[in-house]
Amino acid sequence: MEEFAIKDCALATIATGRHAQTLRELRDILRDIHAGCIYHHFWGTLMRPEFYDREYNNDFAAWCHHSLHDSVLAERLAVVDPADYPDLDALRQELIELIDERLDETEVILTARADQLFHFTRSVTVVFDTYRRLSHPSELVTAVPEMSVGSIFYHFIDARRREPIGMDDFRAWLKGFGSEYEPLCDTLAEIDPYFESLFVLRTRLARAFKQHFRPPRPRRSKVKEG
Amino acid sequence: MTDLPESTSLLERYAAHAGADAVGQLRQLATRLQGLRVVHVNSTRQGGGVAEILEKLVPLMRELGLDAQWEVIEGSKEFFSCTKSFHNALQGRAIAVPEPLLCEYEEVNAANAERLRPLLEEADVVFIHDPQPAPLLRFCPHRRGKWVWRCHIDLSRPHRPVWRYLRQFINGYDASVFSLAEFAQPMPHLVFLIPPSIDPLSEKNLPLPSEEVRRVFRDFGIDHRRPTLLQVSRFDHFKDPVGVIRAYKLATAFVPSLQLILAGGRAADDPEGDLVLKEVLAAAGDDPDIHVLSASHYSDRVINALQTGADIVLQKSIREGFGLTVTEAMWKSKPVIGGNTGGIRLQLFNHRTGFLVDTPEGAAMRIRYLLFNRQRIEQIGHNARELVRRNFLITRQLREYLTLMVALIHGAGDRIELG
Repeated sequence: MEEFAIKDCALATIATGRHAQTLRELRDILRDIHAGCIYHHFWGTLMRPEFYDREYNNDFAAWCHHSLHDSVLAERLAVVDPADYPDLDALRQELIELIDERLDETEVILTARADQLFHFTRSVTVVFDTYRRLSHPSELVTAVPEMSVGSIFYHFIDARRREPIGMDDFRAWLKGFGSEYEPLCDTLAEIDPYFESLFVLRTRLARAFKQHFRPPRPRRSKVKEG
Repeated sequence: MTDLPESTSLLERYAAHAGADAVGQLRQLATRLQGLRVVHVNSTRQGGGVAEILEKLVPLMRELGLDAQWEVIEGSKEFFSCTKSFHNALQGRAIAVPEPLLCEYEEVNAANAERLRPLLEEADVVFIHDPQPAPLLRFCPHRRGKWVWRCHIDLSRPHRPVWRYLRQFINGYDASVFSLAEFAQPMPHLVFLIPPSIDPLSEKNLPLPSEEVRRVFRDFGIDHRRPTLLQVSRFDHFKDPVGVIRAYKLATAFVPSLQLILAGGRAADDPEGDLVLKEVLAAAGDDPDIHVLSASHYSDRVINALQTGADIVLQKSIREGFGLTVTEAMWKSKPVIGGNTGGIRLQLFNHRTGFLVDTPEGAAMRIRYLLFNRQRIEQIGHNARELVRRNFLITRQLREYLTLMVALIHGAGDRIELG
């Protein structure tokens, strides 16, 4: 089995200079904006300052709620799981369709305040090797708590848009060991990556690995008092 | 926070605040930039936020193995008068800059280029900070490295004629950096976004002994045992100091022991500031529990003591850049009630790290809520400090500069995989 190479990453955020004030403008810009913006507003948001539990898993939903005050569309956008789409253009299409559907439903033009525009940004992801290697899954118990949040982002979030699509690097590696780690993979699959900060995700992952690999408790023998 | 021995390296000192993993990541990134010749250029060695940041950023880059230098351009009185007008115009004031001043601006840059050209043309990366040295690029035709214009100013609504004039010097750069997307202008090159940061080792942010905090309160005639609100800001309509007094007055009906400190330096050449101060004094009336501190200057340590001793910090701005006073207060574990604008929105999350408000009434309600639920002051303060530790310390800003340099050197596609 191949070793697990621990990578790290850092994001440089880039402004595109394009912004939307109305829902219609958001839809029009989405049609031809750099695909990297779609990535950034879904995934890159996790590398930004946030506090623990986030309300929405992507910037589009958050903007519709907070700036357009359209909670119906915000809720619809919030359930879009980017990992369900084969590529960013398919995801882009889904967003446009949801917005079009909402534009058909509503008779008023929803407009944000002038200081609450949606600014389209993208990012450059710089991935670098930490040169740390793991040869056995049990090493994850000590390795994960020591990983930077950049590493957590790379292996647990960013991995979902790399092959195999929709799967984090930990599960992808563990599956290579056969069925032995299926229960652990199931536990990892239940960790929703979109609603918590990377610091909390790191703690959850560390706990999952620790619980799986902890030595079985010795059985207590009953001693009769005589 | 433990006291570290004198011999401790700068990076280790920062690791004690920002965490070992933040510094570890800097080291990882820097391995790709070893020996890189980096030059920062600005217009002053002392005073102002840019010099404060460079004072720490450059030694940190050196400790990480980059060959970093910091150069300062020299200029005449007319030159600085011109660049001050630029500064005001770029922030939205309709100011016409006379032709002779523009000539002086270009001549001063040409003269500085004569002195700095060998260094700048040989550098791998040059960071030019703000408009003062922006034309240097034009005078370095044989440059071999990447040139980055770092704008620390809110350029969201610039006075167009001045911005059009300056843009001709900036268009030729390889990249620009702005603090927030809202501040950026469309440019013909890459525009990076890097929010500012605070320095946990500066006098403004170091933990102070409680005796020193009490002494500062005593010196200003403020009772440190009573609940205290504080706003630190210039006397400026955009900071809404009169709105802060209204919020305080609304809250005192429920918390009669409340005190308010409005602390703000006053520039000698700021007639608008004097006008706002007059309005503030009129609004304060003869209330002995409103303390308006309006000397021309307060030391960083005094401001630190006021922030440390306050129970709740306000920054009720109507318009704000990033709002570093918010960051400073949060670093001191204070819940902040801030205006719902600019960079304050990046820092305050309702009920978690503070509160965003739109009106004095909203601020009064949050003040009452916090003073009635004292344990929330502690919880929110704790969260606030943690948010700053993870996102708004100088180590994060340095990481983003290093990432930007890697991106520029390797070409800014969507993804750069380093071996």
